[in-house]
Amino acid sequence: MNPEWAIDVRGITKRFGRRTVVNNVALQVRRGEIYGFLGPNGSGKTTFLRMLCGLLTPDAGSGTCLGLDIRTRSAAIKERVGYLTQRFSFYEDLSLEENLDFVARLYGVPRRRAAVVRSLETLGLTARRRQLAGELSGGWKQRLALAACLIHQPELLLLDEPTAGVDPKARRDFWEELHRLAAAGITVLITTHYMDEAERCHRLAYIAYGNLLAHGPVAEVVRAAGLSTWEVSGPDLWSLAETLRRQPGVEQVVPFGSTLHVSGRDAAQLEAVAARWGEGAWTWQRIKPGLEDVFISLTETARDNWGP
Amino acid sequence: MSRFAFHPRRFWAVVVKEFIQMRRDRLTFAMMVGIPLLQLILFGFAINLNPKHLPTAVLAADPGPFARTLLWALRTSDYFAVTRVVDTEAELRALLERGEVQFGVSIPVDFARRLLRGERPSLLLEADATDPAATGYALSALNTLVATVFDRDLKGLPPGLRATPGPVEVRVHRLYNPDIITQYNVVPGLLGVVLTMTMVIITALAITRERERGTMENLLSTPVRPAEVMLGKLVPYILVGYVQVGLILLAARVFFGVPMVGSVPLLLGAMLVFILANLAMGITFSTLARNQLQAVQMAFFFFLPNILLSGFMFPFRGMPDWAQVLGEVLPLTHFLRIVRGILLKGNGPAQIAPELWPIALFMVVMLTLAIKRYRQTLD
Ligand SMILES: Nc1ncnc2c1ncn2[C@@H]1O[C@H](COP(=O)(O)OP(=O)(O)OP(=O)(O)O)[C@@H](O)[C@H]1O
Ligand SMILES: [Mg+2]
Repeated sequence: MNPEWAIDVRGITKRFGRRTVVNNVALQVRRGEIYGFLGPNGSGKTTFLRMLCGLLTPDAGSGTCLGLDIRTRSAAIKERVGYLTQRFSFYEDLSLEENLDFVARLYGVPRRRAAVVRSLETLGLTARRRQLAGELSGGWKQRLALAACLIHQPELLLLDEPTAGVDPKARRDFWEELHRLAAAGITVLITTHYMDEAERCHRLAYIAYGNLLAHGPVAEVVRAAGLSTWEVSGPDLWSLAETLRRQPGVEQVVPFGSTLHVSGRDAAQLEAVAARWGEGAWTWQRIKPGLEDVFISLTETARDNWGP
Repeated sequence: MSRFAFHPRRFWAVVVKEFIQMRRDRLTFAMMVGIPLLQLILFGFAINLNPKHLPTAVLAADPGPFARTLLWALRTSDYFAVTRVVDTEAELRALLERGEVQFGVSIPVDFARRLLRGERPSLLLEADATDPAATGYALSALNTLVATVFDRDLKGLPPGLRATPGPVEVRVHRLYNPDIITQYNVVPGLLGVVLTMTMVIITALAITRERERGTMENLLSTPVRPAEVMLGKLVPYILVGYVQVGLILLAARVFFGVPMVGSVPLLLGAMLVFILANLAMGITFSTLARNQLQAVQMAFFFFLPNILLSGFMFPFRGMPDWAQVLGEVLPLTHFLRIVRGILLKGNGPAQIAPELWPIALFMVVMLTLAIKRYRQTLD
């Protein structure tokens, strides 16, 4: 057991009935790191997080969370982890203040009242503290949930899509806060579907249909995917896309604004395609593949191999 | 074991939260107060059907002046209508069997002589108790009647004769139905029934609601333990239970004149065990049910045998053995005996103890079951 790891698990597997939802996943997260957890819908991200904090029991696998065995020490893990659920799960018939107060009591936060006031202030919720949580808009609910899971100053944050439905300004503030926390030594494991957020993580993992397909720092994940990508601009891109999809070596064609991103892992074949269509009205330009190109490619391949 | 781990702070957090939620949930709160009132009105109306002029046959083996006085008194009372005067025991029995009369009054042969000697002769009253509610009033009326009817006839005799327990002993022989429900039985009984109904339903919803609203995921991710959640959820409803008890006792006293012979504090104390037993039952359902609808259905399934087998609806000793065995398991059965014992008979702690421990046992078993059944994961 390496004290450097906030999360160190391997072989984690979870089945619901006959379906394997998380398949033999190993993950190691350093203390003070912001670790992104990405993957298509239904790929097992939420299930994985739930296993880390003892809400679900893994069918196989073992490991530690903050140095505590996830199978036997879940009570102790819960004391030191802040888990933000994907679905809003605070009490809609309690006010913001009452919700925070409840959580603070459960964790035995010292000088509780002051802590509640402070947390309301930090998140800019002071003016709404008496409002019932159920009356909040989606974004504000998210902020309340975040405030609540930070109130006991956890060492590890498990955040399940904390920024879904949050406006850009609030998202930026939120990420600043995350980096501040990380600098203070708090570990963050965060799931998201936003690429810009993925790029703000120190490291990330990509999971599809229960299988961990890639992990590491952003640049490494992109490099390891071995993808070449071309950006195409010109007239009538829609019908061009249809044609290109049928060409050998072209694995994906994705519209990006007024351009197309054409990618594939076989650089030579793709180059040939570019040469052939580059002579017409279209301009082809080789670009660095983005995270999104990589993820789409990974997902497509995963579907071919393991297929749902 | 960690399931049973208990920290007062976390327990208190749950209590506070539940209180706030209860206060916000106006409808449920209104129902908690409304149900007892509604039941009181319904049952109160039913028990106000006070049957009078019930057909009565008299067998006067001693046709002396005292018998005539008694006959006259029965005739003038509101409750008895002397429709037949018979000569033999067999005739009397036949009338009762055919249901032609509700009561048979037998005046024994040496009634007058023994009365004058101060020997407290007995007067046999046979009652068709198949419809016990119908006879309740009349029976008590007869008791008051004989206590005073001979006063005039016995005037001038040594006062010792007229001292309590009265000059005549009324022997009541209930036919066809050994137990009896009187007016006073119903309102105290209602106390138990209302508590059973509302306490079980309200806590049956407690955990399923958390699951349905998705708040369970959050609750489970905090360090709170099963015992803390369970007990924390019970406490606010103990208060609700006592509010209901207060309402019913008040109504019992003010509207129905139910006597309160025994100690009310003792009753309130015993009530706590009963309320907790029902709350524990509800919370056990709550851990078994998948959703709120199922929880309510379970509560209802529990409610039916309580009504039918506890001795509230039908006399307990009139039930077949297997039903009695089932009935003995239910907290309501024992509670009915306690509440009737205290209010009507003035029972003290010693007399209610044998009825109290089965309720306590039921509560402990249910709570343990609930805590064991409470799922600490979402699996
Ligand atoms: N309690 C459960 N019982 C049965 N199947 C479940 C359960 N919870 C999740 N699943 C299934 O497990 C799979 C993974 O679900 P999970 O919620 O972990 O996905 P996710 O990666 O979080 O998806 P999303 O991005 O949509 O949040 C899904 O196919 C889902 O249907
Ligand atoms: Mg999810």
